[in-house]
Amino acid sequence: MIPATFTYKRARSVDEAFSLLADGGDEAKYLAGGQSLLPLMKLRLATPETLVDVGRLDELSYIRDDGSHIAVGALTSHHLVATSELLGRDLPLLAYAAGQVGDPQVRHRGTIGGSLAHADPAADLPAVVLALDATLVARGPGGSREIGAHEFFLGLFETSLQPDELLTEIRVLKPAKVGWSFQKFTKRAIDWAIVGVAVQGGNVALVNMGQTPVRAGAVERALSSGAGLADAAALAADGTSPSDDFNGSTAYRQHLARVLVSRALGEARGRDGG
Amino acid sequence: MDITLSVNGSEVKADVADRMLLVHFIREHLNLTATKVGCDTSSCGACTVLLDGQSVKSCTVLAAQADGRAVTTIEGLANGSGEWHPVQRAFRAEHGAQCGFCTSGMVMAAVSLLSENDSPTEDEVRSALEGNLCRCTGYHNIVRAVLAASASEGTGE
Amino acid sequence: MSILGTRVVRTEDPKILTVGGTYVDDLREPELQGAARVIFVRSPIAHARITGIDTADALQAPGVVAVLTAADMDDLGPPPPPAEPGAGEAAPMPLGGPWQEPLLAFDRVRFVGEPVAIVVCDDSYSGADAAELVSVDYEPLDPVVTLDDALTDSTLLFPDAGSNVAVKAGGPADADAFDGCEVVVERTIINQRLAAMPMEGRAVAACFADGKLTAWVSTQNAQIARFILAGAFGMDPAGIRVVAPDVGGGFGAKVGIDRDGIIVAWAARRLGRAVRWAETRSENLVAMTQGRAQRHLIKLGGTRDGHILAYHLDVIQDTGAYPRMTGFLAFLTSLMAAGAYDIPKVQTAARTVVTNTTPISAYRGAGRPEATAAIERAVDLFAAEIGMDPGEVRRINLVAPDKFPFQSPSGALYDSGDYAAALDKVLAGAGYQELRAEQAGRRERGDTVALGIGLSSYVEITAADAAGGETGRLDVHDDGTATVYTGSSAHGQGHHTTWAMLVESELGIPMDKVTVIHGDTDLIPLAIGTYGSRSLQLGGVAVQKAAWEVKDQAKAVAADMMEASEADLELDAETGLWQVRGDPATAKSWAEVATHAGAEGLTASVNYTEGAPTFPFGAHVAVVEVDTETGKVRLVRHVTVDDAGTIISPLQAEGQRHGGIAQGAAQALQEEVVYDRQGNPQTGTLVDYAAISAPDLPSFELLSMQTPTPVNALGVKGIGEAGTIGATPAVQNAVIDAVSHLGVRHIDMPTTPSRVWAAINEARGL
Repeated sequence: MIPATFTYKRARSVDEAFSLLADGGDEAKYLAGGQSLLPLMKLRLATPETLVDVGRLDELSYIRDDGSHIAVGALTSHHLVATSELLGRDLPLLAYAAGQVGDPQVRHRGTIGGSLAHADPAADLPAVVLALDATLVARGPGGSREIGAHEFFLGLFETSLQPDELLTEIRVLKPAKVGWSFQKFTKRAIDWAIVGVAVQGGNVALVNMGQTPVRAGAVERALSSGAGLADAAALAADGTSPSDDFNGSTAYRQHLARVLVSRALGEARGRDGG
Repeated sequence: MDITLSVNGSEVKADVADRMLLVHFIREHLNLTATKVGCDTSSCGACTVLLDGQSVKSCTVLAAQADGRAVTTIEGLANGSGEWHPVQRAFRAEHGAQCGFCTSGMVMAAVSLLSENDSPTEDEVRSALEGNLCRCTGYHNIVRAVLAASASEGTGE
Repeated sequence: MSILGTRVVRTEDPKILTVGGTYVDDLREPELQGAARVIFVRSPIAHARITGIDTADALQAPGVVAVLTAADMDDLGPPPPPAEPGAGEAAPMPLGGPWQEPLLAFDRVRFVGEPVAIVVCDDSYSGADAAELVSVDYEPLDPVVTLDDALTDSTLLFPDAGSNVAVKAGGPADADAFDGCEVVVERTIINQRLAAMPMEGRAVAACFADGKLTAWVSTQNAQIARFILAGAFGMDPAGIRVVAPDVGGGFGAKVGIDRDGIIVAWAARRLGRAVRWAETRSENLVAMTQGRAQRHLIKLGGTRDGHILAYHLDVIQDTGAYPRMTGFLAFLTSLMAAGAYDIPKVQTAARTVVTNTTPISAYRGAGRPEATAAIERAVDLFAAEIGMDPGEVRRINLVAPDKFPFQSPSGALYDSGDYAAALDKVLAGAGYQELRAEQAGRRERGDTVALGIGLSSYVEITAADAAGGETGRLDVHDDGTATVYTGSSAHGQGHHTTWAMLVESELGIPMDKVTVIHGDTDLIPLAIGTYGSRSLQLGGVAVQKAAWEVKDQAKAVAADMMEASEADLELDAETGLWQVRGDPATAKSWAEVATHAGAEGLTASVNYTEGAPTFPFGAHVAVVEVDTETGKVRLVRHVTVDDAGTIISPLQAEGQRHGGIAQGAAQALQEEVVYDRQGNPQTGTLVDYAAISAPDLPSFELLSMQTPTPVNALGVKGIGEAGTIGATPAVQNAVIDAVSHLGVRHIDMPTTPSRVWAAINEARGL
């Protein structure tokens, strides 16, 4: 299938991206790796009139140790995130989860920033940055601002980015060595998660358990007040409203959340204190 | 828009529609038809080519995005003297192709895998092919072929 | 030593591996230069009346050549006459009369994806835009989606037919059928709808020039396609050439040419312009015929010591919106109902029912996997009920080797076999007792991950239409090369390799000097093509017989050359040299003999019909792990014995088994075409249709067994469908076996995690 007609513009700098987007009018969108946007355009579920390709902004593809925190450029491919030695050592949750996104071809093209800005609640990385308490750096024509991951995801495919803002960096405070786990339950390896769980220390975030990735607050509170893993995990579905479709009923997804959180907490504990 | 790219080692210049997908550019403009279209959703991998040496699904890349890059299709996989790539040889020896429609994409995905991991395990091979569907072989001989072409089992002989 | 039975790599592969196969959309023939693209406008509604079609905007769009609807089909003849009422499985295929399926829909649409109009455009990009501008007004009708909806007849798809039941056969069990049974098990089970999903979808390119229509079709049967086109257009078949280029899989869904393909060929004739169409996957998943879609009521009875005495199978075939296969699929299911067992009393009933869903047709196995799934589930239910090992119950009831040819109680005549030997071999190969011990250990320990072991014994029918035969022609040229023209039509089966092996074996002409041609009606006007695992035993044997005839001709020619008696001549099949027996000095090559043959040449055409179908058989063991907390199933081993008689090309026979096992496992585990209550497909892309992928499967363990059939000279049976027939119930049985200790007796396919989880909960009373 074939996308509807659009005008393609390639940005050579971040500033140029802003002006190209402004020129493109209301129906202009940024294009990074295109692994989420182009499939929707081919099915004509998205019909932007202008695409501003930011995929060549190599200055936004990096993985850096910035002292107090680790910074990942928004245009870093999933493949680079997944295979980064630095992340594998200091932020293994992010590296591992990036290796679970899509398939190798998608990971070669798709970017961390593109995935987060797309804000599909069934995607892996939104829940991961939520569990990591990451800070998302957005730049717009008026300057930069930092957005906490917890205030970034507003709804289904909806973020707190302004239309002209570009996500530029994902920043994570260098964590203490804590246990982590990423559990992804799928029909097939390539599929979106039916339910997923990201655990970093005492932080627990859920994939596909509502319109946005969510923190399992009840689990976290129980853990911090000293509950056992099993008791805490039993609260995993509290307050969630997952969808009900032929891949799984709401009740099944809530059950999976409890099982996967239990397993994730167990795995994280096994990796703890390293 | 005007694009210039390298395809199988040769420079190609063309004026393409902004919305032209790389796979259609390869097939319809360059008449390199080994690369197939098998789905609409980046699911099947029949269109897999190498972009700057890495496997991508050419149905989910704009031709414009390939401007200035190097594309390799299965037509360009043999070396200059026509000698097949070990993955090509192994696919034949292990009967990795039946109807052949998935084969080009499957081979290119395997070449990309082996460039990143020259001695994968069977599970790693299967995972690496998660984005390439085959309806004929049950994957059995494809997996055998990729393993045979890997460093862990020699050079595909 | 003969090349037959040796591991020969394929002659097809060098092209596939270097420049790719040439499928319809890859053709760059001169006749297709500048061909316009056909884009279909399809119904988005399952059941509706069409009240208007507005093509004006689309006609104004850039690049548009034509927008055509049913109203433009005034150059076609009237529809075929109605079938005789109650014609049953003898009815013509497809059913005509009140069940008539139009080409482009004109008054009603009956499934999402039904073709309503076509846009013909200079290129596919403009065409995709223009197709969105065709405006069709629909007045929705109540959708008939489920079998239960259909059987009430409260809404009729074909009001003139008076019922949604298109074909009926058989009936309820005799009142006394289950007398004497100490135990009777009975259950409704679902054999779910599957997408055939060949990697290459349907595709047609066509041109019409000088009164001749040429159509390149992605088909399993060029000659049948020509026959259908001639009928549809009222043309003399001689005025039509159909070519099957490389075909990217068919699996039964590319037999002949279907409605959409006929429309494309019609457009070429109507417009006098070359056109081409290669469907998108989104079209393929709603508009290519789908498979299976049966509901079974199984009832099986026997004694507590394991003897099965009676079986009744009630089949309801969902045939989708149009009964394209009449009652044939349900007929094949009924014919093979008894499976590999010697059961005194077997009776069947079958109804074929229309619904507002994609039409159903053949899909790898076409009625036989359904039969096997039903009986193999019934046997396992029976075994569980009497507390006997499922292997033991099978062994007790399998047809004994001294009973062949065996008249099956459901109507088939099984030619040859040793079913118990296949079962014993696969159980030994799988390490069945060790597996049971491991399973018991896990259960005792209360492991979260349970082990399941599933069995199936099967017999199937191949070349069911053996009497239809197949053609083969062999020419030996004066340069010593040979050309085979085969009626069989490979779409992945590697006939070019195997047929060349047959020629080398018979004549000593090396494979690389043998060219095999198929699928071109100008070169091979008379043929049937490939389906139902018929090719080697019909088309292959035809080549063998043609080789024999050529050998006889050559012997006469060589005798003349050597001035010797034919009786004194011999062909060294190793070297391909003719000589007077024991005198190498007289040796003449094929080139010399063919040259000497002169204008008459060395050529033989054979139309080989076989006296009877053949009945391959075997046994499968599947081993699964089931995560009892999530319901997730992992197939960890699959071990099979598949006896298809003599094996000519072991590499390819294994390949056929691998592919079939994968598709069988796919049905058991994950694939299903799903509709919502309104008849909207929920699995219209490969994101949602869970086509099986490499990480979902293990490598397979194939054991070999060869019991030559007496039916043909090669001793061969078909191998193409053994995998789907044998593997599907083995994997399903394994999943159920894994959780049987929790009280689960049945889980319908596909055994998705949520279904397995629900079944465990139900068994636990949750």
